[in-house]
Amino acid sequence: MIRRGLTILLILLLSGACARRAVADEPIVLRDAAQHELRLPQRPERIITLLPSLTETVCALGQCGRLVATDRYSNWPDSVNRLPKVGGLEDAQIELIVSLKPDVVILAHATRVTQRLRELDVPTFDVETRTYAEIYRSVAAIGRLLEVPDRAATLNRDIERTIDAIAAKARQSLRSRTPLVYFEVDNGPYGAGPESFIGEMLSRLGAHNILTPELGPFPKLNPEYVVRHNPDVIFISPKEAPNLGNRPGWDQIRAVREARICSFSPEVRDTIVRPGPRVAEGFKAVADCLARVAP
Amino acid sequence: MSTAGALAPTGEAAQTGDGASRFALWLLACGAITLVLTFASLIVGTSSIRNSIDWLLSPEAQSNTVLWHIRLPRAIGSWLAGALLGVGGAIAQGLFRNPLAEPYLLGSASGAALGVTVSLIAADTSLTALAWTGELGVTGAAFLGAGAGIALTVTLSRGVLQTASLLLAGIVVAYLLSAITSLLLLSSPDTWRAMQAFMLGSTAFLSWRSALILGVALLVCAVPTILLARGLDALTLGEETAESLGISLPALRLALLTILSLATATAVGQVGLVGFVGLVAPHLVRESILVNQRQLLVGAALCGGVLLQAADLVSRWAIRPAELPVGIVTACLGGSYLVFLLWRRARSA
Repeated sequence: MIRRGLTILLILLLSGACARRAVADEPIVLRDAAQHELRLPQRPERIITLLPSLTETVCALGQCGRLVATDRYSNWPDSVNRLPKVGGLEDAQIELIVSLKPDVVILAHATRVTQRLRELDVPTFDVETRTYAEIYRSVAAIGRLLEVPDRAATLNRDIERTIDAIAAKARQSLRSRTPLVYFEVDNGPYGAGPESFIGEMLSRLGAHNILTPELGPFPKLNPEYVVRHNPDVIFISPKEAPNLGNRPGWDQIRAVREARICSFSPEVRDTIVRPGPRVAEGFKAVADCLARVAP
Repeated sequence: MSTAGALAPTGEAAQTGDGASRFALWLLACGAITLVLTFASLIVGTSSIRNSIDWLLSPEAQSNTVLWHIRLPRAIGSWLAGALLGVGGAIAQGLFRNPLAEPYLLGSASGAALGVTVSLIAADTSLTALAWTGELGVTGAAFLGAGAGIALTVTLSRGVLQTASLLLAGIVVAYLLSAITSLLLLSSPDTWRAMQAFMLGSTAFLSWRSALILGVALLVCAVPTILLARGLDALTLGEETAESLGISLPALRLALLTILSLATATAVGQVGLVGFVGLVAPHLVRESILVNQRQLLVGAALCGGVLLQAADLVSRWAIRPAELPVGIVTACLGGSYLVFLLWRRARSA
């Protein structure tokens, strides 16, 4: 009896081991956003990310421990600040990356870095995160790459559910009002157009962007354009906010006159402008401010 | 003037009565172009031209803001900044007797840019919307930076006597100061974003206040320069000749370099690094009329003003209601003009 039991246990153990081996032996074959085929001999354990949103995605999938380095801008979650920094997406330190022997480098479209890494036989995985749809796709793709597809599906469901709830609430609180908004991303002035990721957020919250789609995602505007369209609410960096009235003619804008300005601390701003897993947090920050200041 | 001499520094002046009246006519033409461009600046913007004309005919609160507080100060500010760069260019080309000299030489522009960067990082603010004190502060920092850049250049070249080593030192200092600026910006990403518009040149936020600062600087620069024009005239005949005429070259150079850094710094502080205007404006004058140094200075100011005003117009018209950085427009306009001059010279040679 005991012997039989032991035999069964042995068989079970062996089959288990075989099953694990079979999975581990099976190479991972994936196609990235650039339609480049990636073959990994085994589950990637040493990962480098070259964009904050990608770092955040890996960590949100509970795989932070597999990161061996990130780009210099990644700062969330706190634990990634202790990892080596390998420069930015466009000026990545190739030598440092190679010396860290990553199983895969996750990055967004960056021709020079991708090409150089591939020449050096460092596997790269290209992910695009410019729109909401792309966020979900990239979370799913990274989930497949890291072999945690279920977690990715759950994460995506959570993000979607939270955003839908916030958007529904925001539209309800605005009711029939559609505040005219201007979102300045940079002081050129560059605004966020309706087709940009931020523009999509604004329209889902029931706001009306003063920029039109044909201007492109982040156009450099003639400042006169903003004065003429007289937005009800302006989103702008805290540095610029106190001086808006000093811009020629801007003291006439309703948002400036009635102090309907939304600015966010750098930490909150990160959640708004990074198309990653914390997008729902950013969404909530924008919705809250809009609800507070919109006429 | 012969086409072969188009790129050469000013020759002797035509001081006949005929020359003077032709110059007056030329000035009148420049003034007329300025008026036309200013009017065009009023009706070109994010609205249609018909719409703008309606606004002019039947004003209302918002159109008044757009026309008189955005478009007009922008047009006038652009003109004044261009004029400062034109004066700077004429000074630089006369002083160094080199047709490729420009106000950004000798480290003045890179010094001004460094000054602006340091002041923005120190004050933790951005350029687009400064209060009075902030705007004067940035201009002051730009002036200090430009002055420091030029002083460093002069020290490196051991005085202002050797034109060639002065220019060489200027190039070295310009690279060095730009590198320091880049380093500072790299360590302060927020300011980097704010400085991007500045590096490409921007007339977008010129206000009446900017126009006033530029106007005062133009007066302060142009009047003494015109008084010193005799010295520049003598200098065109060669350094020995100038000294034999009783002109103190070190004093003349010091005075002109100070004016050059003030002109460059004020323009750079208000509109960023707008290239080519200072280089091209004096050439445009020499190309169209025979002048002495005094006339060249006045002419280059007008030409520089017209150039930058036109460039501002193009920048807001080309892809309206979006906008091109004005530095890109001046580089295209000025660059193609220089290419044209070179092509003509090659053909006539």
